Amino acid sequence: MRYRLTFLPALLGCGAWLALAPPATAQTGNLHLPATVVAGSGFTVQTSGSGPATLYITGTGAAVRRQVQLGDPVSFAAGDLDIAGHYVAFLEEGGATDVKEFDVVPAPRPGSLAFLAKPSRLSVDLHDGISGAVYIFDAYHNLITKPMPVSFQLSVPDAAVESRTVQSHDGAAWTQMNSSSREGAARFVATAGDVSSTRVIEQVPGDPCSLKMSAHPDGQKIALATDPIRDCSGNPIPDGTIVTFTETYDGEQTTVDVPVKKDIAQADVPAHDGARITVATGVVLGNEIRWAR
Amino acid sequence: MGRLIAIVIILATIGLVIIGTLWPIPTAAAYAGETSGPAHSWSSPQASVQSLAHDIARHHWAPAYASLENKGEFNEQDLIRDLNGAQFSLRTFADLESFRVRPLHESDDRAEMQLQMHWSTVVGNFDDTRDVAVVRSGDRWKPVWPIVKEPRVPPQVIPVNYLRWDVIYRGGGDDWAAQDVESPHVRIVDMHPVERAAGVVVMGELLNEDVVPAYVHVRATLMAKSGKAIGSEVSFDRISHLLLPKQVTPFFILFPNAALSDVASIRMEPTATLVAASADPVIEIQNQKLNPMPTPSLTGALVNQSGQVVNIAHVLGTFYDKTGQLVWVADRYIDRALMPQVPVSFSIPIPQDLAGKISTERAVVSTYSQNNDL
Repeated sequence: MRYRLTFLPALLGCGAWLALAPPATAQTGNLHLPATVVAGSGFTVQTSGSGPATLYITGTGAAVRRQVQLGDPVSFAAGDLDIAGHYVAFLEEGGATDVKEFDVVPAPRPGSLAFLAKPSRLSVDLHDGISGAVYIFDAYHNLITKPMPVSFQLSVPDAAVESRTVQSHDGAAWTQMNSSSREGAARFVATAGDVSSTRVIEQVPGDPCSLKMSAHPDGQKIALATDPIRDCSGNPIPDGTIVTFTETYDGEQTTVDVPVKKDIAQADVPAHDGARITVATGVVLGNEIRWAR
Repeated sequence: MGRLIAIVIILATIGLVIIGTLWPIPTAAAYAGETSGPAHSWSSPQASVQSLAHDIARHHWAPAYASLENKGEFNEQDLIRDLNGAQFSLRTFADLESFRVRPLHESDDRAEMQLQMHWSTVVGNFDDTRDVAVVRSGDRWKPVWPIVKEPRVPPQVIPVNYLRWDVIYRGGGDDWAAQDVESPHVRIVDMHPVERAAGVVVMGELLNEDVVPAYVHVRATLMAKSGKAIGSEVSFDRISHLLLPKQVTPFFILFPNAALSDVASIRMEPTATLVAASADPVIEIQNQKLNPMPTPSLTGALVNQSGQVVNIAHVLGTFYDKTGQLVWVADRYIDRALMPQVPVSFSIPIPQDLAGKISTERAVVSTYSQNNDL
């Protein structure tokens, strides 16, 4: 906001000048500019001739007006022009104008990364399940379009680090990674130059690989309990996962949905000799028990 | 012309007010606080039970209790708890929409009447049928109310340590590329459209294949051969909205007045939102039984294995044929609260024409507890 207010009069001045000024006349040598200026860096504009003049520089989101003395160099401090883009400089002296164009280019060194990582939670062992996209910006938030290597690293404690290096293209780089076979919070780090950005990907266990229960008499009830439930990579199924026990006896059925707690699910069902008891979670079926005292 | 319409409207309004005042409908009369009317009579067994039913409909508990022969067996609060529920159950929010008294047996001093009460609630209707004995006491017939005492759970401490999920969502001040919590992943594992007299029904089952709880609903859109949408409906309350990890719910979507022959395809859109939830309470569904014709139904009993009172429970039944194909989805709200460890029976009617096809079933329960904000 401060920036906009500072340059508002200059911007209005440039607009008025563009509308009212006579066509530019060729006056070579009045204005000498570098072809490119690095965003945010200081630079100098050389002028030739003598007497007072007004220098206007206008471009993407920025406009500057300076009263200059022709023949003296005009210095711009670091940060005066920090928005990358195409600029036009006008040197106006009386009715004569010299016009030059130049580019403000992003600084070559990354200043920040916008790192989009999806999804934030997924199952273990998924091929190309994680996608990461990085937009590289300099210290002044200009998109660095010059190609540069970006490395992506996905790591889970006590597991091998998966890493890829991708060349950026038009300021962006992206990749896809496999989720590891170990559950846990994976650190997904993107690095360009000295700058890195980290996202956390929660890798969660997959479907149970095998579901096995056992039954024990408990008074008038049967106490059912599963073995520790794990996915096919050996990760314990998270607490809260619903396991359904079903007892069928004499044409009647009893079901109870219980959450897994500390890797196992437990429930009591009525004790009937000859009852058939099954267990399931989601679309995974477990073993079957015929109950006999 | 405008003046004529105004006069007609005024006259019509006056006429309707007069009609409503002279011959009010029972519900309006009850809201207006009308007490005894011509329906109150104790001169015959049937009239006596009708009078009692009128008092029940108007929640006039004191005269209803006073009219009973067996007052000594219970107090007025027991009667209220029997009919109106004790724990903010569905009965608490129900109105007696209509009733019917049917004589079963009658002698000089005693009669047996059947009182069929039809209660209405915002989630549908339920019926309550009581066989009421009526005895002569002088020149009056007095009902003997068959009280159903809601069981009281003895004071105790029930430790509950099931999981609870809380969620921190992305904040407004977070960076543009900051992550948000991922929505739960759900999947339709079964879908079956059928045509019924009421229209096209799209049924199916939805699985929460994630490790976090999900608040779900399903939208179906019928597409015509031309590619145009015929209609779009959601599962509304015929689904268990809260799905814990790896839990499966049936869903039932009705398209009134639609014909399956007009449908070329169906677009299904399951929606899942990550919500805070608790794994408590755990409800056991005991003695589930498929009852044959002539009144096919799924019956059973719900047992609340937790310590928290469940005010309203909703049972959804999924019915399959011999090959495991989905045949029907039906549901029923339970009118009584689920007290800890106290079985409460339920009955879900099954369409007669489908009863022969049904071989197996699966029931799930969704619950609402007043003291649980999750």
